[in-house]
Amino acid sequence: MAHADPRLRVVTGFVLAMLLAVSQRFDTLLAGLALAAILYVAAELPTEPMRRRLVHLNIFMALLLPFLALHATPSEGAWLPALALSREGAMAALRIVIKGNAIVLVVSALISTMDTPTLGHTLAHLRVPDKLVHLFLFTVRYVEVLHMEYLRVMRGIRARGFRPRANRHTYRTISSLAGMLLVRSFDRSERVLAAMKCRGFRGKFFLLDYFHAARGDFVFGLVALAFAVTLAWMEWI
Amino acid sequence: MNASLFELKDVTFRYETDHPVLESVSFSILPGERIALTGINGSGKTTLLELMVGLNKPQRGTVTAFGRTRIEEEDFYEVRLRTGLLFQDPDDQLFSSTVAEDVAFGPFNLGWPRKRIMAAVRAILARLGLEGFEHRITHHLSYGERRLVCMATILVMEPEVLLLDEPTEGLDEHHREMLVALLKASPCAMLIASHDKALLDAVTNRSLRLENGRV
Repeated sequence: MAHADPRLRVVTGFVLAMLLAVSQRFDTLLAGLALAAILYVAAELPTEPMRRRLVHLNIFMALLLPFLALHATPSEGAWLPALALSREGAMAALRIVIKGNAIVLVVSALISTMDTPTLGHTLAHLRVPDKLVHLFLFTVRYVEVLHMEYLRVMRGIRARGFRPRANRHTYRTISSLAGMLLVRSFDRSERVLAAMKCRGFRGKFFLLDYFHAARGDFVFGLVALAFAVTLAWMEWI
Repeated sequence: MNASLFELKDVTFRYETDHPVLESVSFSILPGERIALTGINGSGKTTLLELMVGLNKPQRGTVTAFGRTRIEEEDFYEVRLRTGLLFQDPDDQLFSSTVAEDVAFGPFNLGWPRKRIMAAVRAILARLGLEGFEHRITHHLSYGERRLVCMATILVMEPEVLLLDEPTEGLDEHHREMLVALLKASPCAMLIASHDKALLDAVTNRSLRLENGRV
């Protein structure tokens, strides 16, 4: 699957995620979940990060869902609305759990397997506006630089015996660290622009990578389309 | 004096309220000259290089480049295309996600056809010992590798003048020697700001020393 054309993977992932998000019927959702599981197995992702991702997602949902299941039904005359576990609430909660897990699986299998530059280029080739794509690519490029800068400064702070505690000294240190990173990144942005101008930049970007669809991609695309149509058919017809 | 590539006359520059970083600096670069620019830290070497391509504008004095006096931002556009400025920090210079894209950025701005760009990118990477780096992700490279890629991004534009800010800093012995050989073989005029005495001795044929803002 990692060989499939990135454009196809992004489109497929997007379509399947949208379908799953709007589906309400349990048979559709379960079929979607099964399809997601198949894609996940086919993508041969490393299990440990995936397991952690799903555990995080489900812990987050486990915190939210009881409130949905505890459907508030105000009874007449009562001073406090009584809380009752409602069937609809529980069903809605269950739907959300299935949707959430299925979408995470689909996106992990199809989109998270490509590196970020490829994703950026793919979006550009799918006619996502230039400015957004370059904003995305610049962010990816400089988040790491900023993070390294943070680590460097933090090492310097630690080397001088700093230990974070809940006191004013800690807050002051952390806030000046944050402020300094902000100022530095602003300065850096000016230097980057200067460097770009030195190479004749006049506001126009360009992209190098061109993707080529192979025969296998058509098969993959057809199969994905068939599944998407089946899901839609189950849901609405 | 029309033959000189760069000519600075009485250039004075200060950052906002500070005392002047450069005071009445005058010098010129003739074709084939390779000038060492020395001076203690903070003596204005980087500022001087930036002035020459219009990234800073002098409060007084004139910058003449390639036979024309350059004042406005637009005047410097042509200067920048014909001059290769190597920055100190490679993270400022490399902004694209992949090496090939970054190296191709300059030639793209020069309006070269795509085929020529791709060939030039491959050739320059090979010359700097960076074969097979095309699709590497820039921020995953080591510091020395990023510096070399920066060198590639400016050399690929076939500049007439090179302005290099500490070109050998962060390079290992092998890559340092390669860069020295490459600079020695290059026909470009150069101004090299550096503390690397061995590099300056090997490459340059004239020297300028900045002291208290004066040459």
